[in-house]
Amino acid sequence: MFCSGCGCGQIMNALLFAIDELKLDTKNMVAIGGVGCSSRIPAYLDMYAIHGVHGRSLAYATGIKLTKPELKVVVLTGDGDCGSIGGNHLIHAARRNLDVTVIMVNNGVYAMTGGQAGPMTLGGVYTTTTPRGNLEKPFDLCKLVETAGGTYVARWTTAQPAALIRAIKRALLHRGFAFIEVASQCPTIQGRYSLGILDPVKNIEYLQQNSITREQAAKMVPEKLVGKIVVGKFVEKQLPTLEDSYREMENKIGHVSKQS
Amino acid sequence: MLGNHAIVEGAIAAGCRYFAGYPITPANEISEWMAKRLPEVGGRFIQMEDELASIYSVCGASLTGTKAMTATASAGYNYMQEGIEYAVAAEVPIVIVDVMRQRGDNYPTQSDVMQARYGAAGDHEMIVLTPSSVQELFDLTFEAFNLAERFRNPVIVLSEATISLMHEGIRLPRPEELRIVNRKKPNVPPDQFMPFRAEEDLIPPMSEFGDEYKVLYTLNPHDESGRIAWTPEMYESLYSRITKKIADKADEIAMYDSEFTGDAEIVVIAYGSEARGCVEAVRMARKLGVKAGMLKLKNIWPVPEKAMKDSTLNAKKVLVPEVNTGRYFHVVRETLGCRAEVISVPKNQGRIHSPDEILAEIRRVL
Repeated sequence: MFCSGCGCGQIMNALLFAIDELKLDTKNMVAIGGVGCSSRIPAYLDMYAIHGVHGRSLAYATGIKLTKPELKVVVLTGDGDCGSIGGNHLIHAARRNLDVTVIMVNNGVYAMTGGQAGPMTLGGVYTTTTPRGNLEKPFDLCKLVETAGGTYVARWTTAQPAALIRAIKRALLHRGFAFIEVASQCPTIQGRYSLGILDPVKNIEYLQQNSITREQAAKMVPEKLVGKIVVGKFVEKQLPTLEDSYREMENKIGHVSKQS
Repeated sequence: MLGNHAIVEGAIAAGCRYFAGYPITPANEISEWMAKRLPEVGGRFIQMEDELASIYSVCGASLTGTKAMTATASAGYNYMQEGIEYAVAAEVPIVIVDVMRQRGDNYPTQSDVMQARYGAAGDHEMIVLTPSSVQELFDLTFEAFNLAERFRNPVIVLSEATISLMHEGIRLPRPEELRIVNRKKPNVPPDQFMPFRAEEDLIPPMSEFGDEYKVLYTLNPHDESGRIAWTPEMYESLYSRITKKIADKADEIAMYDSEFTGDAEIVVIAYGSEARGCVEAVRMARKLGVKAGMLKLKNIWPVPEKAMKDSTLNAKKVLVPEVNTGRYFHVVRETLGCRAEVISVPKNQGRIHSPDEILAEIRRVL
């Protein structure tokens, strides 16, 4: 399933805790994953699921939500799946305020393929495709999603499991595009090669030590924020979803949708 | 009616209630008419951010039990190959219209006949329909949904700029004339359902998101339960079934019109818009006493082998006119073997052959 010490198992657990605590009926849920370690989570869940195409999870989700809006859709994705190959779908799903929950697991590397640099790889670090250090800067996907129109945006790490479960519960209940970034450890690849930390526990401690709240971050100069993980909720607001706008149009033309 | 509008009406008549697309000429009138028409029949339209998003959202819609379609033109169809690969592997019924156009421009062509069959990665069979008129755009789009639902496979309607942008009178069937096919549903309790265990026809029944079953639809190799698995034997049997479910039914799927082929010594085999002039040319040749025959293919994949062989029993020569560099000609030659001399008649100028040109070719090779 996952390498020992991987954060994906913890995040899958957090999702299941959230579903259980909310008493959601998994019969009305669909989980979608693309390709990568975290994208494999849906394949292990006891619910309807889609898996195996890199980056396109939100495109499937659009077709599902427009034809059966009553289904709750959860997308499990990674930093490469979501921020690189699926980046276009991410910004447009956020812009449409598509009513889905996205859990983006950020381990800062393409781990399943053996450790290539990704869009969230820290500047300067070693990966198999940055043998002399990463020349690029990592993306801030939370800011991107907020700017694109996401209506719930939060970031936590595997070192804050209780906060993560709370955030997933809020996201699952949120009507609109909910996006949670989870900074996660990858002792096998990213920890060992990029951070020089092999021990899984020490990798989680690294996440904990580098986490700062958004309130703390607000008081810091940008140079001090490099390498830090700003955690917390960044956005929570109610705006019409794509479904709301569609229904409004259907009501105007006097047609009763087959779904209603 | 405009050809592209006939595609929309054929789809809606077949039960299509979801369309996702991305703008591209000469397929735009399909999206535009869908955007207007679908909400009137309880369906939904969305313009997606690109072709990949379009085809995957169509897959998502189909998995909820909704008949769904996308449309594009050659350059956009390139991008969709990835989604076709998924729909083949997870056996998701979808319909894709490719209004063929020249590379980098909108002039008509039949250049995608091979891409339509072989574009996607991995082992697969393809059902590809080739309408030649506005009436056939309606009829064959309708039929495309029936075939997709029956075989749980993507079905391609290979239109062309020529016919998609043409206005012709058509006869719309009355509702009671329509024979609509829907995918098979499971009828066992959820704990007994093996979502990828095929029945005798090699096709498994299909549940839908939100019902009592729970199924994983993965691109990865999977066993009959749908779970990711790999053994050499399992992989081989999975793709043997997925290809055979169509290949074995090639002659049943075959759609064609033949004329004067019984005693024909020279047979013209053509598909799509190109067949229009060929039919005329063969009739003209007959009036001149030439034993010519015509086989018009309404589907080119899977190869209608029996139709080709039955139509060329007495043929010495077979002409294959096409609006490209001569591509399906190779398929005809492979199918007929030494039975007759197969001659490619390409015309790659963005227009079909006139009946006179085909007639001249018939007389030249006699």
